[in-house]
Amino acid sequence: MPDRTKTYDVLVAGGGNAALCAAITARQAGASVLLVESAPKAFRGGNSRHTRNLRAMHDQPNAVLTDAYKEDEYWDDLLRVTGGNTDEALARMTIRASSGVFGWMKDAGVRFQPSLTGTLNLGRTNAFFLGGGKALVNAYYLTAERLGVEILYDTEVVNMNMEDGAVRSIDITYKGFPETVHARCVVASSGGFQANLDWMREYWGDAVDNFVIRGTPYNRGRVLKNLLSQGVAAIGDPTQCHAVALDARAPKFDGGITTRLDSVPYSVVVNRNGDRFYDEGEDVWPKRYAIWGRLIAQQPGQIAYSICDSKAFPLFMPSVFPAIKADTLEELAVKMKLDPGKVRETIDGFNKAVKPGQIFDNLKLDGNATAGLTPNKTNWARSVDKPPYYGYPLRPGITFTYLSVKVNDKAQVLMDNGQPAGNLFASGEIMSGNILGKGYLAGFGMTIGTVFGRIAGQEAARRARN
Amino acid sequence: MQETDAVINARREMEICNACRYCEGFCAVFPAVELRREFSAGDLSYLANLCHGCRGCYYACQYSPPHEWGINVPKALAEVRAESYAEYAWPKPLASMFNRNGTVVSLVAALGIAVVLILSMLLNSPGNFFGAHGTAADSFYEVIPLWAMQVVAILTFGFSLVALAMGARNFWRDAGPREKIGPTAISVALWDVLTLKNLGGGGNGCNDNSEAFSMRRRHLHHAMFYGFLLCFAATTVGFIYHSFLGWPAPYPFVSVPVLLGTVGGVLMLVGTVGLFAMKLVDDPLPSVRRLLGGDVALLMLLAMIALTGLVLLAVRATGAMGLAMAIHLGFILAFFVVLPYSKMVHGVYRSAALLRRAVERNMKPLGGE
Repeated sequence: MPDRTKTYDVLVAGGGNAALCAAITARQAGASVLLVESAPKAFRGGNSRHTRNLRAMHDQPNAVLTDAYKEDEYWDDLLRVTGGNTDEALARMTIRASSGVFGWMKDAGVRFQPSLTGTLNLGRTNAFFLGGGKALVNAYYLTAERLGVEILYDTEVVNMNMEDGAVRSIDITYKGFPETVHARCVVASSGGFQANLDWMREYWGDAVDNFVIRGTPYNRGRVLKNLLSQGVAAIGDPTQCHAVALDARAPKFDGGITTRLDSVPYSVVVNRNGDRFYDEGEDVWPKRYAIWGRLIAQQPGQIAYSICDSKAFPLFMPSVFPAIKADTLEELAVKMKLDPGKVRETIDGFNKAVKPGQIFDNLKLDGNATAGLTPNKTNWARSVDKPPYYGYPLRPGITFTYLSVKVNDKAQVLMDNGQPAGNLFASGEIMSGNILGKGYLAGFGMTIGTVFGRIAGQEAARRARN
Repeated sequence: MQETDAVINARREMEICNACRYCEGFCAVFPAVELRREFSAGDLSYLANLCHGCRGCYYACQYSPPHEWGINVPKALAEVRAESYAEYAWPKPLASMFNRNGTVVSLVAALGIAVVLILSMLLNSPGNFFGAHGTAADSFYEVIPLWAMQVVAILTFGFSLVALAMGARNFWRDAGPREKIGPTAISVALWDVLTLKNLGGGGNGCNDNSEAFSMRRRHLHHAMFYGFLLCFAATTVGFIYHSFLGWPAPYPFVSVPVLLGTVGGVLMLVGTVGLFAMKLVDDPLPSVRRLLGGDVALLMLLAMIALTGLVLLAVRATGAMGLAMAIHLGFILAFFVVLPYSKMVHGVYRSAALLRRAVERNMKPLGGE
């Protein structure tokens, strides 16, 4: 049982990948470490428990990555998804550091799948954890315990008492009871605020009631808000979040990866009124799934319906929920509580607009388009006419928020006056907005968490021990 | 395979696994799941028998209890596996032997010893049964005649082999047709069986009672399995010596059959007792409690065969030989009789499942990229 009366060298707020990397690194550097995780043990690990891989730069193939993925290509990918909403110096430092994390991760018990066996075609850019993110989190907790990191579950940091740009003490609720603990240095690794629906409501209104939160319900942004209210500098648009299209039957929280749906490019997607509203075949799904969350959030009732026939059904990964299936379009519409006449009209109109004589190829942008529709479908357009028909309801699924505390390359948290806080560091989702201000690259969140977690742990330990 | 609650739950869980696929690096089950969009009861029985129960997926699962989906693949598949043993049993009326299997195996063991003891008493004068025969040639057969041993062994073991083969046939048919079995598939499957490659989270070992990985179970199973094979080899060599070379048992300690049997017996004892001890400390959540009886009964039966064999070796020159041999043969008789109605069938169905997996090894996953 951790001693909550002593002054620790380092207190880590949070219990996911970034927090664990910081805690283990600080402990390895000789610091006494207290890790404070708001979730109970069974749900520890924040959003990391739902992740699967880490994007890593490498100049040649290794045991877990194929081919090469060099700094400039990685940077170009990041620049493209963020639209320039990044900090080049911090981003390039993160990218370069990502090539050197494997030895440390393996020593800390993380296991990887051999290269070339990943489900997604990411074997070149991303290293897959054997068993996924929860297995990684489990390995880190075992290592942390073995090294003597003290861990409090069910314990939330509610207030960092800051004076003159330094944290003097930390108010926590330990299994619901308020207490105050002390540490020479603090690492904030407690994630974003996407599970805090009231905070989200400030920007999205009552639409949040129809949002699905893909990850942990414990990312309520309490530390983030607390720090920003005490003169810590903010970065990242508070109104923005990463939103994807999900199966609408997903649980409100913690549905993770299985609720995603890849059906859109091979389907016709209508809103609650039975109208199409966007080009389903604009680009390959990995490049489009993240805009569909926002598109659906803008539809009435924040819901949409993807409809395909039996030709298209085998072309995408199954969702966790069975497709709604019917022998006629009208019957399918009724099952999805849509107007059957309207759905029939939309699909008939779509089928008529499919240009004849096109050759379908689901493995590339095949140019199969409709003509004369608003909007047209520009790839993979085929008549929806071979029963049985399949439908899925879709809702926006929120992955994470972009609002962050500002940091420098030592993972030190910066104050509004631009000076670094004396003893406060940050890693993971709570500071990812410095580098990833918009969009997303698969596996990049884990890269930021790992790289900055290790820097924060190192720096916090060094400072506390001096 | 019938639609039961266990099958319906396993289908629900496999559909979630198929949408997640994070565990695909652990073992053969998940790549096999990825070849399917829908899971017939026969498919689920195949997956259930492919699962080695290493528990890697349970600890890695983001949806394991207390998550509202409560995914517990090792348990769900163990339930289906247990039902599949009864489903494929031959002849069909004996399927009920798998209910309360621990009691059944224990009773058969007790009966086996009683039958052999009574028969050997009837065949012998007390003086002969309790007399010291030394280690002269044929001394075993002065207590129990060779013909009696051979007739009983051939009848019981022969019947068991037929029953096991019929069960394997029922299993194979239930999961639907597959392309022809080639020599490569057989080699791949044999390698998987002999190495237990799939028992242990992508080569890291099992999660016995925590997130930590351990090779303990795999090593203990190897000790038991290879110990068993050595004992079987010892018996076979003895049979060849006697029937073809005219050298009757018992053999000196430094002889092929006795050395094979001794090493094999010790390994079996280490393996069975070790595996039993692990059952006492393993995390009970990813296992099925009501199957424990049958598992433990078989482990104990094998342990007793090994132990009584070693005891027989130790006392074979004394007046206790008759008694020791009757008890040893009693346990072996029980083993032969109960073989197709005990957890031993897992070896047959798992091997068949691995062969099926080897046949479909080059098929591409459905969905994804």
